[in-house]
Amino acid sequence: MKKYVNVENVQMSFDTRKGVFVALKDVNLSIARGEFITLIGHSGCGKSTLLNLIAGLLIPTDGILLCADREIAGPGPDRGVVFQNHSLLPWLTCFDNVHLAVERVFGATEDKVQLKIRTQDALALVHLTHAEQKYPHEISGGMKQRVGIARALAMQPKVLLMDEPFGALDALTRAHLQDELMKIVAKTNSTVIMVTHDVDEAVLLSDRIVMMTNGPAATIGEILEVDLPRPRNRLALANDARYHGLRGAVLEFLYQKQAKQAA
Amino acid sequence: MNIRRYFGEHVFPPLIGIGLFIIVWMILAQSSEALPGPLKTWDSAVALFSDPFYNHGPNDQGIGWNILNSLGRVGVGFGLAALVGIPLGFIIGRIEFIDKMSSPIISMLRPVSPLAWLPIGLLVFKAANPAAIWVIFISSIWPMIINTAMGVRQLPQDYLNVARVLNLSEWKIFTKILFPATLPYMLTGIRLAIGTAWLVIVAAEMLTGGVGIGFWVWDEWNNLNVEHIIIAIFIVGIVGLLLEMMLVRLAKRFSY
Repeated sequence: MKKYVNVENVQMSFDTRKGVFVALKDVNLSIARGEFITLIGHSGCGKSTLLNLIAGLLIPTDGILLCADREIAGPGPDRGVVFQNHSLLPWLTCFDNVHLAVERVFGATEDKVQLKIRTQDALALVHLTHAEQKYPHEISGGMKQRVGIARALAMQPKVLLMDEPFGALDALTRAHLQDELMKIVAKTNSTVIMVTHDVDEAVLLSDRIVMMTNGPAATIGEILEVDLPRPRNRLALANDARYHGLRGAVLEFLYQKQAKQAA
Repeated sequence: MNIRRYFGEHVFPPLIGIGLFIIVWMILAQSSEALPGPLKTWDSAVALFSDPFYNHGPNDQGIGWNILNSLGRVGVGFGLAALVGIPLGFIIGRIEFIDKMSSPIISMLRPVSPLAWLPIGLLVFKAANPAAIWVIFISSIWPMIINTAMGVRQLPQDYLNVARVLNLSEWKIFTKILFPATLPYMLTGIRLAIGTAWLVIVAAEMLTGGVGIGFWVWDEWNNLNVEHIIIAIFIVGIVGLLLEMMLVRLAKRFSY
């Protein structure tokens, strides 16, 4: 299978006041087109750093990152990012927030009507047509996150990068958005890389779970294939032995092999 | 809302304050011959405001003209300062090198009393009116530069990340992110600037003369019309308060 995103021997260190801090070391990862990957690990393990590297927000100290055979040298519209804290611009309506992204990617080739339709389609995909003209402070946290997803998807990125997108939401909203995300990904056939620290979320959504060792100098510890058939249903999975087996494997990695020392 | 409680909390305390102020003023006026009491001042104010827009030549115009002239000078000086100061603030906030370059100069010039700039203004413009405007300009430019630059510097990294991820052009970054994010800081700068400008205009006009509330005070001092001086103090205070309230209201519209 053709690899779509390639991470080769990547190392990332930061200059801090106390000297050089090596966040990631020897990271190798290949992701196929249409794959749903989650990065999981304890906080401080560099999973967000890895995501930011793929996004191009950070440039690796060593090694190389490729997306569709091209080196990642900076952020680009081929990689849509959903931020943990949604990062919507508070002075723009939901429509304008999404339109800003659409305009940038398609503004040169399409006319105003087409851009408007694209924006509306993206918001319809996350079921927010009714909130188009609302400002971010007028809608709930879950809705903001959906606008963030719509903004990223509207650019028709090759890869969707999500940094703990549901981390700040309550459990019910989170479950609802996970289901919605699964449907959207099935419909759009997106390639997704998602950072999470929620074991259930990882097993439910992923094709493969990339488990990272503790930092400093964190790297990929194990990669777990999740071969549960799609579409997945959280209720059916609740009584599925394979689901529990996979969940157990992740938990074992996190709390036994990579157990955090009590601070 | 309980009307009685509303009055008790929001209307009654300020009324008591004003009442006490007037009583203290009355007592002081009783014990001093030079200081007119509230009633005398009030009568004089009624007379003064019964015809605010008369015009008997350049040295004798109604109080309305004096106020408007002062406001005009503040408006022009302040407007020019905004025109220069706000873009300068953006540049200083955005480019670290220029920030470091300008910071010693700004730190040194900012604490200088605005009136110290008046002779330079008179020297350069060779006329009183532009010199007064120049003093307003120089006194109100600092808060605008400093606050705008601070707003730009405190732009959340999140928004910049959005800009980078969406690959926005510099122009889009400015209009869609930088400017709206900085606007509240800018308005704070504008508010401080207009406060200072209004503070300074009275002193500047005392020195430059012409039609204006500052010179009017000086004129009334020469006429020994103490009631009018007191009225002028109230006028300056109330106009300053109104300007401030206007800008606070404007700032509220743009807070996110």
